[in-house]
Amino acid sequence: MDLILQQMPTVLKALNVGFLQTLKLFVATGLGAFPLGLVIAFGSMSRFKPLSLLTRFVVWVVRGTPLMIQLLIIYYFPGMVLKNNIWGSGEAGRFLASAIAFIFNYACYFSEIYRGGIQSIPRGQQEAGMVLGMTRSQIFFRVTLLQVIKRIVPPMSNEIITLVKDTALARIIALQEIIWAGQSFLKGSHGIAGAIWPLFFTAVYYLAFTGVVTLVLGRLEKRLDYFR
Amino acid sequence: MAILDVKNIHKSFGRTEVLKGISFSLEKGQVVSVIGSSGSGKTTLLRCLNFLETPDGGSIAVNGETLFDAAEPATQREADIRRKRLHFGLVFQSFNLFPQYTALENVTLAGKLLAKEEPDYKTRKKELFAQIDGEARALLAQMGLSDRMDNYPHQLSGGQQQRVAIARALALRPDILCFDEPTSALDPELTQEVLRVIRQLADRQTTMVIVTHEMAFARDVSTHVLFMDGGVVVESGPPEQVIGAPSQERTRRFLESFTRP
Ligand SMILES: Nc1ncnc2c1ncn2[C@@H]1O[C@H](COP(=O)(O)OP(=O)(O)OP(=O)(O)O)[C@@H](O)[C@H]1O
Ligand SMILES: [Mg+2]
Repeated sequence: MDLILQQMPTVLKALNVGFLQTLKLFVATGLGAFPLGLVIAFGSMSRFKPLSLLTRFVVWVVRGTPLMIQLLIIYYFPGMVLKNNIWGSGEAGRFLASAIAFIFNYACYFSEIYRGGIQSIPRGQQEAGMVLGMTRSQIFFRVTLLQVIKRIVPPMSNEIITLVKDTALARIIALQEIIWAGQSFLKGSHGIAGAIWPLFFTAVYYLAFTGVVTLVLGRLEKRLDYFR
Repeated sequence: MAILDVKNIHKSFGRTEVLKGISFSLEKGQVVSVIGSSGSGKTTLLRCLNFLETPDGGSIAVNGETLFDAAEPATQREADIRRKRLHFGLVFQSFNLFPQYTALENVTLAGKLLAKEEPDYKTRKKELFAQIDGEARALLAQMGLSDRMDNYPHQLSGGQQQRVAIARALALRPDILCFDEPTSALDPELTQEVLRVIRQLADRQTTMVIVTHEMAFARDVSTHVLFMDGGVVVESGPPEQVIGAPSQERTRRFLESFTRP
């Protein structure tokens, strides 16, 4: 116990650095996947059959394979198969590869939630707007959108909480996120070696993170409670 | 000149022909009720008038202007349809109010969006919006909803929701207001409060096309009744004739189903 207390400041410092990377990946995935998911959703609902079929096929593949494999493919494929390692060898390249894999993967999940949300709005809402002389975009932004948001907040919350924990998968390509930071004390780092507790201690970070995210999303859900 | 002139409207869904040549015309201030059994094409007819469906044949003219002619592609440009819809208003069986807006906002939303297309919108925005709000309040008051303007749809009864929907349609001052079974989703008491409002509109010379199963109301309120069956108008004329003394066997049989429930 004394030892742990003694190691604590060093470990926390390292874990904080790792957590920052985790947080960055989380934010980047959100910023990229929210809008990209909408684009994919519209693609899969397109009346142009080849486009909707292709989109649905891609979504099926992405959702049907582990994100870990997608990470590995995106990171190693250019270097090993195309003989052109576009990611370089640094942390920046690993982050970019991770962000791209996460954004694409999560956009596919989001797109299905968006699609379900959009299709669950009764057709009468759109028709009421049309009869009142609204344009397509006015109907989408003024009538449909908020109703869709209200319906997708609960399933999106689940995905977002999963994302918090999924960021750990980037460890597989050695992104220096919090798991990587915790693990580094096993082999030895900052003068500490053979310590397993820092790895377990990362769970506290995840718990705090999901706690905050749950709170914020719960607020949002409440804010939209004023209509049905 | 007729305010509405509908000629020989045809509409098929796939292989089923739902409207097989519907024609009728309407003078300003007249009320036509459309009656007929389920599946006879009443809703489809109203949807054609409101450009929610495109007829396969026939023409629609309002105040002498041909809004749609199946034989003239120039009348079917997608870009013009939105403006043409404004000649008509439509009140749905299921109200279709926008749930995230209050009663007042439901009534003003479309008007405020249309105001953006006015050339002097930027300079007169405040004035335009104040005018739209004022008119909407007056309409809601006329519907007996003065104390409900700031309620959201889910806080209103079905009858109140339908009256908001009527105010919403009236706010854009359509030439012709269409109703598709406006009271079918309501229990008898609420039905009466909505019918009273429509009756009031008829007294104020609002031109209306009303699809309804309320025979007593149709008889009382309309200047004209169309009985549809199987996609054609079987009988039409003043209510005393079509409902009071039908000349066609099919009309008689349909009306009997109401007197003997
Ligand atoms: N979008 C559509 N696709 C295929 N068939 C349709 C469509 N809309 C309506 N129909 C068919 O057209 C026929 C007429 O329907 P419509 O809704 O106009 O009847 P209605 O007279 O309004 O009946 P009700 O009194 O039940 O409302 C029905 O047989 C219906 O199944
Ligand atoms: Mg109908």
